[in-house]
Amino acid sequence: MTEPLREKPLTRNIRPGAEPLDLRAYEASGGYQGLRRALKMTPEEIQQEVMKSNLRGRGGAGFPTGKKWTFVPMGEGARRPKYLVVNADEMEPGTMKDRFLMEGDPHQVVEGAIIAAYAVQADVAYIFLRWAYKLSTRRLARAIAEAREAGYLGKNVLGSGWALEMHLHTSAGRYMCGDETGLLDALQGRRATPRSKPPYPQVVGLWGKPTVVNNVETVACVPHIAARGAEWFRSLSHTGDGGTKIFGASGRLRRPGLWELPMGTTLREIIEEHAGGMADGLRLRGLLPGGASTEFLTAEHLDTRMDFSEVQKVGSRMGTGTVVVLDDRNCPVGMLLTLERFFARESCGWCTPCREGLPWVVRTLEALESGCGEPRDLEVLDMHARLLGPGATFCALAPGAAEPLVGALRHFRADFERHVAEKRCPWRQPCP
Amino acid sequence: MSVEAAVSVIYIDNRPYEIPPGFARAEPGYAEAKPGERNLLEVCLSLGFDLPYFCWHPAMHSVGACRQCAVKQFKDAADTKGRIVMACMTPAEDGARISINDPEAVEFRGRVVEWLMVNHPHDCPVCDEGGECHLQDMTVMAGHVYRRYRFTKQTWRNQDLGPFVNHEMNRCIECYRCVRFYRDLAGGRDFAALGWHDDVYFGRHADGPLQSPFAGNLVEICPTGVFTDKTFKAHPVRKWDLQTAPSVCVHCGLGCSTIPGERYGMLRRIRNRYNGEVNGYFLCDRGRYGYEFVNSPRRIRRTLWRAADGRLEEVPKEDALHRIASFLAEPGRAVGIGSPRASLEANFALRTLVGPERFALGLSDSESRLVAACAEILRTGPAQSASLADAARADAVLVLGEDVTNAAPMLALALRQSVLQKGIGEAAHLGVPRWHDAAFREVMQKDTGPLFIATPDSCALDDVATQVLRASPDDIARLGFAVARAIDASAPAPPDLSDETIAMAGRIADSLRAAARPLVVAGPSCGSEVIIRAAANIAWALCRTGRDADICFTAPEANSMGLALLGGESLADAAEAIESGAADTLLILENDLYRRAPAAQVEAILAAAKHVIEIDHTPTPTTERAEAVLPAAALAEADGTFVNNEGRAQRFLRVFVPEGDVTDSWRWLRDIAVAAGRLKAGAWSTLDAVVRALAAADPVFGPVLSVSPPADFRMVGEKIPRQPHRYSGRTAMHAAINVHEPKPPDDPDSPMAFSMEGYDGPPPAPLIREYWSPGWNSVQALNKFQAEVGGPLVGGDPGRRLIHPPSQAAPPYFADVPAPFQPREGRWLVLAAHHVFGSEELSAQARGVASLAPKPYVALGPKDAARLGVKDGDAVALALDGQALRLPVRVRPLLAAGIAAVPAGVGSLVGLDLPAWAAITPAGDAGGGGAASGAEAP
Repeated sequence: MTEPLREKPLTRNIRPGAEPLDLRAYEASGGYQGLRRALKMTPEEIQQEVMKSNLRGRGGAGFPTGKKWTFVPMGEGARRPKYLVVNADEMEPGTMKDRFLMEGDPHQVVEGAIIAAYAVQADVAYIFLRWAYKLSTRRLARAIAEAREAGYLGKNVLGSGWALEMHLHTSAGRYMCGDETGLLDALQGRRATPRSKPPYPQVVGLWGKPTVVNNVETVACVPHIAARGAEWFRSLSHTGDGGTKIFGASGRLRRPGLWELPMGTTLREIIEEHAGGMADGLRLRGLLPGGASTEFLTAEHLDTRMDFSEVQKVGSRMGTGTVVVLDDRNCPVGMLLTLERFFARESCGWCTPCREGLPWVVRTLEALESGCGEPRDLEVLDMHARLLGPGATFCALAPGAAEPLVGALRHFRADFERHVAEKRCPWRQPCP
Repeated sequence: MSVEAAVSVIYIDNRPYEIPPGFARAEPGYAEAKPGERNLLEVCLSLGFDLPYFCWHPAMHSVGACRQCAVKQFKDAADTKGRIVMACMTPAEDGARISINDPEAVEFRGRVVEWLMVNHPHDCPVCDEGGECHLQDMTVMAGHVYRRYRFTKQTWRNQDLGPFVNHEMNRCIECYRCVRFYRDLAGGRDFAALGWHDDVYFGRHADGPLQSPFAGNLVEICPTGVFTDKTFKAHPVRKWDLQTAPSVCVHCGLGCSTIPGERYGMLRRIRNRYNGEVNGYFLCDRGRYGYEFVNSPRRIRRTLWRAADGRLEEVPKEDALHRIASFLAEPGRAVGIGSPRASLEANFALRTLVGPERFALGLSDSESRLVAACAEILRTGPAQSASLADAARADAVLVLGEDVTNAAPMLALALRQSVLQKGIGEAAHLGVPRWHDAAFREVMQKDTGPLFIATPDSCALDDVATQVLRASPDDIARLGFAVARAIDASAPAPPDLSDETIAMAGRIADSLRAAARPLVVAGPSCGSEVIIRAAANIAWALCRTGRDADICFTAPEANSMGLALLGGESLADAAEAIESGAADTLLILENDLYRRAPAAQVEAILAAAKHVIEIDHTPTPTTERAEAVLPAAALAEADGTFVNNEGRAQRFLRVFVPEGDVTDSWRWLRDIAVAAGRLKAGAWSTLDAVVRALAAADPVFGPVLSVSPPADFRMVGEKIPRQPHRYSGRTAMHAAINVHEPKPPDDPDSPMAFSMEGYDGPPPAPLIREYWSPGWNSVQALNKFQAEVGGPLVGGDPGRRLIHPPSQAAPPYFADVPAPFQPREGRWLVLAAHHVFGSEELSAQARGVASLAPKPYVALGPKDAARLGVKDGDAVALALDGQALRLPVRVRPLLAAGIAAVPAGVGSLVGLDLPAWAAITPAGDAGGGGAASGAEAP
C-alpha cells in the first residue's frame, strides 16, 4: 500500500547535509509570501485564520495556537512592550525535530516568528535556543540578519508601519527552560524556575509584559497557513488536528529517523513503514509515543493515530511526536532508570515532590538494577507514580517524569518483580 | 459604617464558614480584599484550622513551592471526586468547597513531609532549633512517622555567615523562605539559592558575614535549624527552659517589640514579638543581637561609693541612700540629668525628685532642640505621626536627610515594602492578588516607588529609590521647602534654586500629591533643624491641599520621644546651674555625659559639681567620675515605659530579677526621695503608682495607664507565668546551692509571675511572652494569637499613641529657608554618619555588633579627597572642638561636595558637637593605622 504523494510544506526546502536556502532562494521557493499576505490582514484576522487551521502547539502540550494568541491583550490599552518568544530549547529525550527545522530551513522559522509576532502585535521577538545547537545558532543568526537587511524586521516591516526587533538568545539550556515560564525566567537572567499559572504569560510574561511562547515547529507551520489558508492546512491532516507533523522514531529500528507526515498517521505506519520495523530478531515491547515524558504504549496500540486527541484516548500523549521504541532484549527497568535519571537531574529544585521524589525513584530503580531491590520498593514506585501528577507538583516536569513510570509499572510489572525476586537484572549476563 | 458588609461563605469539609469582608490587617491589597483576593491557606488558618505549610509566610505570602498545604477542592456540592490544590495558591472564592480531611489530601500532605525528610538529618536531640521547630511540628501534624527512604542522604558544607547567624545546611528542606526574605523582602544581595535539583544550596558565594542588617531574621524565617542564632549558641539552653516577658528594644527610637529570654540569670537571646503596628514579624540585627551588654562581666551590680583612694567600693545600700539624701537636704541644690535610654517612669521620678526646673533632658543641646522640634510638629498637627506599619503602607515617600537603614533600620524595611504599593492596583487589574507573591513581583518588575531620598551620602535604600539627591543638609532642606512650595503656593519659596532642584521638587510634589497615603520621613540624624521644618512644611502643605499626609521622624534612642514629651532643661542649663554654684549635686540617670557634649564641657561640669551620683548598669567614663554609682536594671531586668518615635507608649516588663543591688532606676530614685523626705515611706511602691503619678502630672501621659494591664490584673484569678509549662529544673536548678526550692521572687509591678504556674491560655496582647499553641511550638504559633493571620493581635496591637494632633490644625509654615550651601576652602562641614552596628551605645558593647562596627574614619567625596591629595586609607588631620583628630580617609563616591562625615558614636568620636565646620589637612606620613586612637594633641 503506497501513500499518495502528499504535500510536505515544512520540509519541502530541506536537503539533509546541504546548506539551507539563503534568503533569495527561500523567497524564490515562495518564502515570505505568507508574511506579505499576513501583513495585509489585521492581527485579529491572522489569529482567526490560525484558530481555524486547528494548528495545535507542537512543543508537546497541543494547545491550540490561535487560541493562545487570543489571550494576548490587544489594542491601545495593552501593556508594552509585548513579546513573542520561540521556544527552541529542544531537550526532550528522543526529540530532534526542531533542530531539523532550524538547521534545514531557518528562514521558515524566522518568517513564522514574524507572522506570530504580528498576530499578537509584539514589539520584540526572541528565539530562545539551546546552546548545544551550534549549527542552528549559526544558520538562524544568518537568517535573521538577512531578514533584517531585507526589511522583514526592523522599524517598519515591509512598509506596514509595524515594528519588530528579533533577537537570537543562546541559552545555557536546561530541560526546565523548555517550560515556557522557566524559559522566561532564564531569558530574564534568573534561575529557570517555572511560574505558577495564572497569570498566564500572555498577560504577565517576559519582564511582566504580555508574551506568547511558541515552539519552533509551531511557528514553522504559520507561514504556510498565512500563505495558503486554514482550509488547506486542515486538509493536510488525517484527523481533526490541522497540518503535517514531523514524526520521528528512535530505538533499535531498521531506519530510525524523522519524517513529515500527515497529522494522524498511525504508529504502525511510522514504525513499520517509515522506520522499516524492528531491527532483525527484535520484537517491539513498548514505545514512548512522544518523547521521554509520555506513557508507554505497547504493540496493541500500533493502530492508534498520532494526534493530540487520539493518543490521549489510549492513555498516553502524542507529546513531541517522536517515538522511542523498547525492544525485547533491553531491560524496561533499565530504560526507565535512564529516563528518570534525566528527569531527576533536570528538576529545578523548586517544589518538593519533584526535587525529592525523582531522586528517590532513581535510587530505587538503581537498587533494582543492581540486585538490591526489595519487595516494598514497588510500593515506593507506585506511590510516586500516583502522586507526581499534574496539580500535585508545581509544573509539568514531574508529571512528565511520572508518565513513563506509570506506563512501565502498568505494562512491565512482571519485569520489576523479577528484578526483586532474582536479586539481579535479568537482562544482564551474570559474571562468569 | 452604613455600607452593608458582604459576608462570603466557604465550605470546609461540608461545613459552612463565614468570612468577614476584608482582613483586619491593613496591608494594601488586603484592606479591602474581597473573597478570592485571599487564599485558602490564609482563610483556613484564620478560621483556626491546622493546615501544615512551609514556604508560605504571612509577611511573604504564597509561592507554592513546598506543596505542603494541599487540600481537596470540589467544583460544587455534586462534585465528589474533587482535585488536589495547594491552599496557598488557590483563591478563597465565595462558595468555595474544600476538604482538609479528605483521605487523598491527608495522604498527599503526609507524603510531602516524607519527601522533605528524605535528606533531613534526624538530629533533633542536638539541633539548635530543638523545641521550636516548625518542621517537627508539621511532620507530626502531617502524620509522617515511619522513614521508608533507605538510601544515602544529601550533604552540604556549611558556611561562616558572620557573628550572628549559624549555618547548618544539612537540615535544609529547600522551602526557599530564607532567600525570599533576604532578597525580595529585605533587599539583600549577597545570599542566594545556588545549584539545582536535589542539590539546592542556600548561602553566600563565599564564606563571610551576611551584609544585610536584617539577616538575623533568617533564624525565625527558617522553619528548621539551618539558620540559628549564633549568639544563643554561645550560651545555649533548651528553648522551653527560657524565662521570658514582653519587652521593647532599647537600641534605637523605633521601639520594636521583643521577647528576651533568660536562664540562670543570663540573658540568652532576643526574639521578635509581633506588633502589627510597629515591627510586624521582624527585627533588625542591632535589636536582635545587641543584647549582650546585659551579660557583661563589667556590669555594675553593687552600690558603690568612691573611697579616699579614688576607687569605687561596695557600700550598704542604706548607707548610700542616707548619704545621697543628705546632699539633697536643701531644695534646688541638686540637678538631675535624665536619659533617653531610661524609662519614662525613671525620668519622671528624677524630675519629681529634683524638681522640673532642675531636670535636664540628658540629650546633647542640639539633639534636645531637634527632638523637641520633632515632637512639637507631631503635636501640632494636622499631619499624623506614622507608625512603621503606616510607613509600609505609604504609597509615596520622601526621605529628607535620614540614612534610615543605619539610623532606624526597621523603618528602612518598612519603606522597602512601601515601594510595592505602586504595583497593587495594576496587579489587581491583571487578576493577580497581592498574596500571589511571585506573580505580583513579576508584574511589578523594578517599576517600584515613588520613593525619593535626599541625603548627604548614598544609602542602602537607593536601589529602590525613584530619584536621589546627594546634598548638604541645608540644600536638602531647600529641596524640602521647594517641594512644599510646589504643593502649596502659600508655602515659603526658597530663593536661588537650581533648575535641577526645581525639577526634582516638582516631580516629588506631583508624586506626593497623587498619593493616597503620602509620607515624609525626616529626623535629627543630620543635626539640621531646617530639614525637620522643611519636612513639616511638606506634610502641612499636603494636608492644606486636602491630602492625608503622614510624617515620620526618626528618634535616636529608645525614649528620646518620651523625654521630648516630658520636657526639661538643656544640658547647658544644667551646666550653668552647677557652674554658677546655684546647685552642687549632679544626679545622673543612665547616661554617659561624654556622649552628649564635648569632653571639655563634661569635665567642666563634673569638676564643678560637689557631688556626682550616677545610676547606671554599665561602667562609662561618667561613672568613672561619679562619687556614687547605683546599679540600675538593664534591658530585661526592669519594668517601664518607652515612647517611640511615633509617640507610641509601650511597656516592657522584667524578664528576670537580677542579682545584687540591681533594681529599676525609678526605685533608686524613689528610695532617695523617701530617704530625703520628699516622698512618704511606702509611696510609689509599684510601677502602677508611678504611672498614676505621671499621668496626673501631665495629661499627655494619661494613655500610659492603659498601655499594659495593671499589676492587679488576673486571668481567671491567676497571674500570667513567665515560664513555659515545659520549664524544667524548677526544683533542681538551684540545688547545688540549696536543696530547698526557693520562693519565686514577687512581682509587684506587673500581672506576670516568675513561675511556670498561672494562667496558661493566651494573655492580653501586651503580656504575650511566647508564641505557643498545642501542636505549634515554633514562632508560627503566632497565627493563633492574631485576629486573622497577618493581622493585629487579638485585642489589638500593644502600645498607646500619646500624640493625637488635631486634624484641622493649620499651623503657619516655617519660613526660615536656609541659603544655598557654600563649600569653604580648606574646611568641611563635618556630619555624623550613623552605622547600624557601632553608633548605638549599648549594642556596641555586644561582641558580634562590635566586630561589625567601623573604626573611626573621616569620609570625603572623591573630588574633595583629590583636592586634598589623599586617597582611601590615607591619614588626615581633622581639627574639631579644639582637638586634632587623626583619622583615615574613606572616599565615598557619592558624598556631597564640601561635606565630610565621621561615624557617629564610634570610639573616640563620641560627644562631638556636629555638624561643625572643620579644617582637614593631609596628615603627612601615610597609613591610617594609628587613627583609631582618636584625639591627639596638635
